Amino acid sequence: MRQRLQDLDWIGLYLWVLRAAIIILVVWGTIATIIDNPYSPRQWIDLIIFGIAQGSMYALIAIGYTLVYGVLFMINFAHGEFFMSGIMTATVFVATPLAATGFMNRQPLLSLLLIAVVAMVVSMSIAVLTERAAYRPLRKAPRLVPLITAIGASFFWQYYFRGLFGSQVIPFPVPDVMKGTASILGVEILKTQLTVIVVTIIMLIGLNLFIMRTRTGKSIRAVAEDKDTAALMGIDVDRAITITFATGASMAGIAGLLYALVFTQVHFFMGFFPGLKAFTAAVLGGIGSIPGAAVGGLFLGLIESVGPSLFLQGLGIPAPHQLKDVIAFVMLVLVLIFRPQGILGERLTEKKA
Amino acid sequence: MSNRFLYILSVLIIASMVLAACAQPATEAPAVEEPAAEEPAAEEPVVEEPAAEEPVVEEPAAFECTDELGCLDYGPEEPIRIASALVISGPNAQLGQDSQYGVEIAMDWQGQVLGHDLELQAEDDGCSAEGGQTAGQKIVSDPTILGVVGTSCSGAGVPMSQVISEANYFMVSPSNTAPSLTDPDQAWNPGYYRTAHNDKVQGAAMADYAFNELGLTSAATIHDGDPYTEGLANSFAESFKAIGGEIVEFTAINKGDTDMRPVLTAVAAAGPPQFLYYPIFMPECAFMTKQAKEVDGLEETVLSAADGCISADAAESIGEDGVGMFWSGPDIAFAGETYIKFKADYKEKYGSDTLSVFHAHAFDATNMIVACVEQVAVQDDDGTLHIGRQAMRDCLGATSGFEGITGTLTCDEYGDCADPKISVSTLENGEYVKIWPEE
Repeated sequence: MRQRLQDLDWIGLYLWVLRAAIIILVVWGTIATIIDNPYSPRQWIDLIIFGIAQGSMYALIAIGYTLVYGVLFMINFAHGEFFMSGIMTATVFVATPLAATGFMNRQPLLSLLLIAVVAMVVSMSIAVLTERAAYRPLRKAPRLVPLITAIGASFFWQYYFRGLFGSQVIPFPVPDVMKGTASILGVEILKTQLTVIVVTIIMLIGLNLFIMRTRTGKSIRAVAEDKDTAALMGIDVDRAITITFATGASMAGIAGLLYALVFTQVHFFMGFFPGLKAFTAAVLGGIGSIPGAAVGGLFLGLIESVGPSLFLQGLGIPAPHQLKDVIAFVMLVLVLIFRPQGILGERLTEKKA
Repeated sequence: MSNRFLYILSVLIIASMVLAACAQPATEAPAVEEPAAEEPAAEEPVVEEPAAEEPVVEEPAAFECTDELGCLDYGPEEPIRIASALVISGPNAQLGQDSQYGVEIAMDWQGQVLGHDLELQAEDDGCSAEGGQTAGQKIVSDPTILGVVGTSCSGAGVPMSQVISEANYFMVSPSNTAPSLTDPDQAWNPGYYRTAHNDKVQGAAMADYAFNELGLTSAATIHDGDPYTEGLANSFAESFKAIGGEIVEFTAINKGDTDMRPVLTAVAAAGPPQFLYYPIFMPECAFMTKQAKEVDGLEETVLSAADGCISADAAESIGEDGVGMFWSGPDIAFAGETYIKFKADYKEKYGSDTLSVFHAHAFDATNMIVACVEQVAVQDDDGTLHIGRQAMRDCLGATSGFEGITGTLTCDEYGDCADPKISVSTLENGEYVKIWPEE
């Protein structure tokens, strides 16, 4: 004990005080809110469901960050644009015409499938194109170089799609069957949000099977483990990397469709904030880990939705929802102070870190 | 060695050429089809000596600039340059584009002023503090610009009015409505004027409508931290309380938020209110409208927004969800021949009906500036104009009984020049229809 106290330097002490302060604040706010209890149980459940739905979208986007990081150790900041490009294109060329002809309401499932396929294909194509043109030539460059290139690619795609479809907000037509609420175990859930949650679960299971059970998935894992050895074993590294990008982007394409269903509009800039949030989620969960991305996304979505009401309202802070990003990022800091590798992340070796 | 010297020399020469090219303002003559013969006679006595070769740089001996903020000189062939700083990109582009069309039409109709063309330097205020700062810096770095019509958004107006004021320029905003901008204790700066209403008026009008016309007694407001939205939400809340209503929740979101359900749930938990007023911009306004219907407890709440959410884009995006919703904004059912002609010209030039609500205010702002130029400019024999910057401010500030499309404009001490008329509208088949006050 004495030994530990002697080891404690000022910085360590400061960090401990910081941790304690944040935790005390959170606990205090929570208790104050619970005593005051301004919300009905139904409203708490609603807040949690909103959070899960938003978090599911973050999770799907975060998968792309984490997959690419796992394989290339680069942060692909253009990933938010993969998310935007698919659904923008699908809205303009598929969803709007289908809704105009009334086909969407007659065959909602078929229409949504069609939109999903188009969104995925466009997102994948944009991703593969970006990888081929902007990232592959720089693969041997220092790690900062592809990072800056990714930011450039992000701007490029944003303004490319702005040029294509204009800078206005484009409404996304939601089929009538998706409107309203459904009752599950006595809880009323918006049908769109239910769809988001169900689709996300299916996609995550599918992705897990793909990565863990197929030969291609195995090759991706091998490349993530060690590119040189994987190449020696006869794995086509370039192909594995392309497939990684395509997989991440197809998840983002689906996330785009889910976003459009929930928020009923698309915009050329819509990828930016979800992209940042999903990156945060990926770091929170432990970048490089697929279950980590899912957990991080859900955690972030929940904190954003429930956090302001739970932690801040009790403290009597006015307009707590304006501070939801502050809460989300304080949580990020808190998690990273305790677990620098993220919630589910493994400690990175020298080579990966 | 000499190679290296030559290399450095050539780089220096190229650099100096580039700098020289930059220093020359791009004078692109605007396409004025018909120089409407505005009387080119100067009101001030003419000065004897002809101007020197470069009148911009060299002061003609005959003219002594006595203006405390300095003078602006336009040579015989030089256009009078007015800048606009309006939001012309992003989701609120139509708000600013509409105003810019108003400026352009006003300039077109003016043709020449004292024998000089008018030239518009269009900047983008980005509807953000950063955008306003940037546009302001860009404008004041150009000494040939007389003044500014802008900004669109109050959030951009706050930093910009400071930049403009410190550089001795002036600005006339066609659509800033935040009360703080003309409040000397808050964000007011000398040289700031506006033809748009002060939101103290708009907030009071909306409170009046909700309480007296709709008979609702409890309300909540949501703003997004922008000076305009916060100012309007505040003024609504104060007025609503003053006439006997109850404000159950006064809260806020961030620009860029998409998921409004948590904050709407908080509003529902606090009341739920009978009336919800969110004077925010696009696209947050559309998200709020669509999601409010899906939140438990807000089914009966009457929704309402303000002029930041009135545009063709907003109408399309909100669509059917806007049924039963109300918008407060400037009353643009202007009477008079001029407005009919204006709208016809607008449609002919830009191929659409008016996109938003501040085109007439921009038109009036431009004409107010031109009227002052005619009043204070000193003209030499060869047509050179001298305009005092303080004289322009004095003249604008003294505007009184100015007949514009938007009404009779009279500026008060702190630059509020509007003849404020507020109306409440609903959305019917994609069109905003005025329902109050009844004629």
